[in-house]
Amino acid sequence: MQLRVRALETILTEKGYVEQAALDAIVEAYETRIGPRNGARVVAKAWTDPAFRQALLDDASAAINTLGHVSPVGAHLVAVENTPGRHNMVVCTLCSCYPWEMLGLPPVWYKSAPYRSRAVKDPRGVLADFGVTLANDTDIRVWDSTAETRFLVIPMRPEGTEGFTEDQLAELVTRDSMIGTGLALAPGEAKA
Amino acid sequence: MSGVHDMGGHEGFGKVEPEPDEPVFHHSWEGRVMAMSRAMGANGGINIDMQRYARESLPADVYLASSYYRIWQLALENLLLARGLIGADELGSGHALRPGQQLARGPFTRKDVGRVMTRGRFDRPAPSPATFTIGDRVRARTIAPATHTRLPRYVRGHVGVIERVHGCHVFPDSASVGQGENPQWLYTVAFDSRELWGPDADPTVTVSIDAFEPYLEAA
Repeated sequence: MQLRVRALETILTEKGYVEQAALDAIVEAYETRIGPRNGARVVAKAWTDPAFRQALLDDASAAINTLGHVSPVGAHLVAVENTPGRHNMVVCTLCSCYPWEMLGLPPVWYKSAPYRSRAVKDPRGVLADFGVTLANDTDIRVWDSTAETRFLVIPMRPEGTEGFTEDQLAELVTRDSMIGTGLALAPGEAKA
Repeated sequence: MSGVHDMGGHEGFGKVEPEPDEPVFHHSWEGRVMAMSRAMGANGGINIDMQRYARESLPADVYLASSYYRIWQLALENLLLARGLIGADELGSGHALRPGQQLARGPFTRKDVGRVMTRGRFDRPAPSPATFTIGDRVRARTIAPATHTRLPRYVRGHVGVIERVHGCHVFPDSASVGQGENPQWLYTVAFDSRELWGPDADPTVTVSIDAFEPYLEAA
């Protein structure tokens, strides 16, 4: 594949469609800057600031663009909140739609046939694959991203985090918790 | 089209297997494919709906057996060939043999990178009022277009409830085949799992899709 991809890149640059340095910059951005830290900052802010939480639920794109410490996001982002009675999970059964600006590029499992086929029919089974068990009476809401809307799950704030700063809380917010295949970490579970 | 990409509800694909500490890319060429796809979308050569259509148009066995970025590479080649942006002789030789076409937004250069890092808007002024409103019961139409659609098979013929109205958006079914944006109202429609999968389905599960108005009829 390496040779085949290089050939196409050579053709596109020689034809004047793309500049190699521009491709380098896109790759570098996803390798270094654009990842789940962005989403984690947004979730931590929502956990500590009720007005921001409400603004986020009303219009996530607009709310996030008021924050100085998170890169701007495009339109059509929808934030959905987990509660004790309701768990949200996001999938794209048709391809791989995912909130790149918040979470970076999707992991392989998100784009894989097992996840795309089962998330809409057996979400509890999928959660079990991730080692997550919910109460039997918790409602599960699966969001199939079939258009240009993108979904970000706001996981529940873990117990025992009273008095935590936003930075400390952000450490507990995993990528999977913002897709809905995981929960936020408990204090002490976070990586050092 | 009702291809193998339309995976919702299929059985037999096995368990989900998360990879611990997964790298952003598993091979350096994957990043190049991703970047080329973004760049050729941003310079006006091809739109995102054409790209999705090209990926799902790969032969079923190729689609199922290929890694994600291999699918992107094969589809990008096919699409650029089909749009006349590159030639088969050029792919064969690995070099440009003719000058490129004039693109709608010109060559993709470093100064354009910031623009693709923030997603564009897909909403458009509404040509007519929305037919449905929040709380309406709607049935996903039984349709099976031979070309690109974003109505998954597992909801076709089933009744759900309008939960959100997102405004008028570019209609992928038109944009994917070069027939313009043809904006349509877009709704979140929620379906009870028993409506989709029968009486034995988990009653705590609700599944929603985002559906364009032409996919729906009053129920």
